[in-house]
Amino acid sequence: MSEKKQQVSRRQFLNYTLTGVGGFMAAGMLAPMLRMAVDPVLKTSSHGDLANVSLSVDDITDEPQRVDWKIDQVDGWYESEVTKTAWVYKDENDEILAFSPICKHLGCFVSWEGSEDFPDEFYCPCHGGRYYKDGTNVPGTPPLAPLDQFEQKVEDGMLFLGEAKEQGEA
Amino acid sequence: MLQKIYDWIDDRIDITPIWRDIADHEVPEHVNPAHHFSAFVYCFGGLTFFVVVIQILSGMFLTMYYVPDIENAWKSVYYLQTEVAHGQIVRGMHHWGASVTVVMLLLHTLRVFFQGVYKKPRELNWMVGVLIFFIILGLGFTGYLLPWDNKAFFATQVGLDIAQQVPFIGEQLKTLLAGDPEIIGAQTLTRFFAIHVFFLPGALFALLAAHFILIRKQGISGPL
Ligand code: HEM
Ligand code: FES
Repeated sequence: MSEKKQQVSRRQFLNYTLTGVGGFMAAGMLAPMLRMAVDPVLKTSSHGDLANVSLSVDDITDEPQRVDWKIDQVDGWYESEVTKTAWVYKDENDEILAFSPICKHLGCFVSWEGSEDFPDEFYCPCHGGRYYKDGTNVPGTPPLAPLDQFEQKVEDGMLFLGEAKEQGEA
Repeated sequence: MLQKIYDWIDDRIDITPIWRDIADHEVPEHVNPAHHFSAFVYCFGGLTFFVVVIQILSGMFLTMYYVPDIENAWKSVYYLQTEVAHGQIVRGMHHWGASVTVVMLLLHTLRVFFQGVYKKPRELNWMVGVLIFFIILGLGFTGYLLPWDNKAFFATQVGLDIAQQVPFIGEQLKTLLAGDPEIIGAQTLTRFFAIHVFFLPGALFALLAAHFILIRKQGISGPL
């Protein structure tokens, strides 16, 4: 050892190198595991095509009706057919509206005139959430946004629906 | 910041003596490979523990994707191996690590055997070690079935037939392990899964704790 002031002592140097090497090894071990764990968050979801919901445009009235159709769902290693649901009607301009039944409060199932007490409205039984016929949430009830609307197109007189998209804030 | 948090806790429950007792003690010269290179043989116990930690961590992460069900087990392993980022690496760590664990454990056991340090007063720890050895073999055997491919199936078929050779209780032992006297199937897989991820790791933790407590109590054996 020289007489000069030591910048880094032997002990410190050893501590730093051992911590460094140990940290490097631990990181090398843990990185793949953590990357694997967060994979679902980083996966981009594939966009499905619009599906024919077997409803002729002529059969759509100005009264919301429940439409069920099946799509193929790939859930990791499990593939299955699942049922999707929409509330469909024509507004006064003859435009087709297709609302998602998923409540914008906490995700329960919303039904048209689901409560006798609230005719002409969508109703959610979980916490009494309500929406006007145009999907706008009734102020003062739990939901904070209007019902989502499905992407849609009409082909050969049949209705096709895709993903449900958020509407702007009420 | 960290120092402050440490001091805050230490103030209240006085943890310094506890971790001193666990972590802060001298390594005798004769077990330090920096002094005598041949002392590397003393590393095998620690290396075994290190690989076991890797097995436990990688196993925990595999369980995020794996399902112990005959319809889906193989598909879930295939999915995590081919579709999940780094899934192949984590499964590889667990797969190869299982063999490395056994090799390290064997080297550790050989060192203890040839140094003769299993003798009085350390006979108890030798016995604990033998139990750990069987637990690790059990983990290897039960884990091997989990991917539910052909190799896994027939390896288990063979293993269960070996268990059946045990005198008097062979039949019962096989049924107990397989969950059915005839079939190696749905019930075998769930059993092996439960044994692999809950029962044997639980037993392993208890035995490792006993192993390490005994080492601290008795100290490491002196130079030859
Ligand atoms: C020393 C401890 C362990 C050993 C020796 C061991 C051994 C094995 C082996 C040989 C396989 C088959 C791997 C393959 O063929 O790809 C396996 C699979 C598996 N192990 Fe372990 N294991 C241990 C601890 C654990 C722990 C603690 C867990 C969970 C908490 C776990 C969860 C799994 C899972 C989910 C599989 C199926 C996935 C796959 O096959 O890749 N293992 N294990
Ligand atoms: S989930 Fe619909 S009101 Fe709460």
